[in-house]
Amino acid sequence: LDQHLVEYFRAQMMKDPDMASAVAAIRTLLEFLKRDKGETILGLRESLTWATDCLTGVDSSVAVSSGGELFLRFISLTSLEHQDLSRCKKVMEERGELFLEKISMSRTKVAKLCHTFIKDGAKILTHSYSRVVLRVMEKAAAEKKRFSVYVTESQPDSAGRQMAEALRKLNVPVTVVLDAAVGYVLEKVDLVIVGAEGVVESGGIINKIGTYQMALCSKAHNKPFYVVAESFKFVRLYPLNQQDVPDKFKYKADTLKTVQNLSEEHPMIDYTPPSLITLLFTDLGVLTPSAVSDELIKLYL
Amino acid sequence: MSAEPSVASSSTPATQHKKTTRGGTRHFTEGGPVKKDGIQQAKTEGKELTKEEKQRLRKEKKQQKKSKEKKDEKASQESEKEKKPVSSASPASQPPTQPITPKAPSAVPTLVPVPASETPAPADKPAKSKAEMKAERRARQEAERASKQGKKGEVGQQAAPGKPKAPPSELQPVVKRLPEHVQVDNPEVLKKLAKKLERQQIPLRSDYGYKVSLFSHLHQYSRKAPLTQQLSIPSTVIHPAIVRLGLQYSQGIVAGSNARSVALLHAFKQVIRDYTTPPNEELSRDLPNQFNFLNQCRPLSASMGNAIKYIKKEISNIPSQCKEEEAKSKLLNCIDRYIDEKINLAAKAIAKSSIEKISDGDVILVYGCSSLVNHILCEAFEKNRKFRVIVVDSRPRLEGREALRRLVQRGISCTYVLISAVSYILPEVSKVFLGAHALLANGYVMSRVGTSQIALVAKAFNVPVLVCCETYKFCERVQTDSFVSNELDDPDDLIVTRKGKTQLEHWQEVPSLGLLNLVYDVTPPDFVDLVITDLGMIPCTSVPVVLRVKNVDQ
Repeated sequence: LDQHLVEYFRAQMMKDPDMASAVAAIRTLLEFLKRDKGETILGLRESLTWATDCLTGVDSSVAVSSGGELFLRFISLTSLEHQDLSRCKKVMEERGELFLEKISMSRTKVAKLCHTFIKDGAKILTHSYSRVVLRVMEKAAAEKKRFSVYVTESQPDSAGRQMAEALRKLNVPVTVVLDAAVGYVLEKVDLVIVGAEGVVESGGIINKIGTYQMALCSKAHNKPFYVVAESFKFVRLYPLNQQDVPDKFKYKADTLKTVQNLSEEHPMIDYTPPSLITLLFTDLGVLTPSAVSDELIKLYL
Repeated sequence: MSAEPSVASSSTPATQHKKTTRGGTRHFTEGGPVKKDGIQQAKTEGKELTKEEKQRLRKEKKQQKKSKEKKDEKASQESEKEKKPVSSASPASQPPTQPITPKAPSAVPTLVPVPASETPAPADKPAKSKAEMKAERRARQEAERASKQGKKGEVGQQAAPGKPKAPPSELQPVVKRLPEHVQVDNPEVLKKLAKKLERQQIPLRSDYGYKVSLFSHLHQYSRKAPLTQQLSIPSTVIHPAIVRLGLQYSQGIVAGSNARSVALLHAFKQVIRDYTTPPNEELSRDLPNQFNFLNQCRPLSASMGNAIKYIKKEISNIPSQCKEEEAKSKLLNCIDRYIDEKINLAAKAIAKSSIEKISDGDVILVYGCSSLVNHILCEAFEKNRKFRVIVVDSRPRLEGREALRRLVQRGISCTYVLISAVSYILPEVSKVFLGAHALLANGYVMSRVGTSQIALVAKAFNVPVLVCCETYKFCERVQTDSFVSNELDDPDDLIVTRKGKTQLEHWQEVPSLGLLNLVYDVTPPDFVDLVITDLGMIPCTSVPVVLRVKNVDQ
């Protein structure tokens, strides 16, 4: 059964490479819900949780687990008092479709909010490959703004080069810099925009390794540090420091399964505390880091 | 020990006073006689009065008191008015009131119970036109101003801003008064407080020793002069359990905000058990006396304030048709449930969340003795987490020793330092766990003095600071510094004998020397990384969100 699940998930990812992995995961979960032959609501919930775990086994990013949990909460946040299980399931499916629709629009909403912060003639620094940041820049370019971008190479997977390619297609002047050159280049830039893999309860973010460094440097240079993230990335973690982030998010899923001694592996993500972030752009609005907790309470409770 | 304070004296101490001073005469207001007769009938027939009738009765008693002193008031206005501004001085203290009474419109603001009873029943009064009331007030203020020139410093200062408890249709700006416990350097406030306490038969505790000028607006009492010595035996108004509790508070036998709240709730259970409702009154009328007595022994904490609000709400929620036994058992159950939910279960929930934050190999720093933090550490130790604890302590209370004793008893390895060594020890520390006395609405943490110092140093060393606090300690107050509202403990506590010499023994004789023994301080939210509550882990800035959610729930 989990084979089908994983295959479906991979197929979804392949179909639309522009889609966030969390959205693909949620599509998969919806499909799973439709095909589920469970007899009880509790059983349904358990199998959905199990399915989410399966998917995190494929793609261990924070967004997949947070998206799964939010999906589960959203569909059960309705009165499931019907006697007939199939009626309940129908209600849940409808909610699921609604949820999916909402989050497919989330990137557009974020782009609409954020592009106004990119002024004409701005120099932007960004980190690694983020589809949301790309969408923001597309929107800004469509608004006929002229700006140039510095992208960090973002080792170990050189995702930054992918970002640079995509930006070149938009006719945006882009320069790829070394990860080590962030401090050097910061005096030239006006603002820093990064995406996020997960937004935690404190208002901090979890993102590709190197983000924390960039945030520290921009704080030292007094440059605004903006984060763009969709709301399904809000997760109920509260790390106090880098060590506090659970291991299952730090490394790729294959690494977690194969490698014995994790301390020899290099983590793929780091945690940026809220004191270094100026603003977060989400589909719930433009938030300060302290407002994230407020939104989380609304989302999860 | 089944003293029944209310039945022994009368319905309320206030009414008792009225009866003794007026010798039983009743003064009727114009609009009153008809309603009065109805209530008299009900009384004589022995029927249980409804809530509205009780309120009306109360109101009329107060009106009688006022109108008696207002006999020389403008006759034209008397027919319209039912609410008259009058010096609400207790008749018992005759000399100071004599010069006041002839001065007709001295608008000394009425005490707390009055507006509470007056405002909710506007239907009882005849409708007044706005213009008439405005004219009344203007005339009143003119006369006040005139008499103020003649007599200095006699009238309450609230005359100028007008009546703060204005009629509901008033467009005047609401005057917010400072609580009286932070206005100790204002002699008028003190006088009012003295009168209020005298009326309630609670002795007034006098301040002791020279106060440091920055804190001269706060009370400073001596532990050697407990309030109970001035209490008449047997006390007719204060329940013995409350007297005992007050003594325990003032001598420091019961200390720590959780302990004090629980002791308060248990004492009130005893009071409720022994209470018998007199025919026309309710329990809530007697409670303020008990609280005022406790307040004189030791200022109430925020958690106690919230507990008291809860008790009062529960009492007012009891339907008036409820039989006394039933009402009492209901109340007792409510209190038990409150203690269980808000304190015991909350501690369990907080311990569960905190254990996730304690990892093996941690070095945890704690300050003073917080029952909650001790509970968390013991629980984590039971769950086989490997950590060690550094207990930081400070004079004069040296509460850390108690915490040390409790932790070592469980087998946790501990280190003990004084607060002066905190910057030396911090590089070893991985986390700081602090307890809180209260969490204020702007995210500031009010806790034992020294906490903010530890949070500051921890921030400088980049060590995460975690505050553990139950939600019943969240309060609506806002404070940004430790001066505005604090507690001054006995300054003699700072005197210590070393090597046979007591240096500060005669500190009172040195005119320029002041001893300051602060109890609380406030920590800004920037120094706190995480607050663990029974609702989950929240950042310090989300405290107003929790307060909002709680208010919505209620």
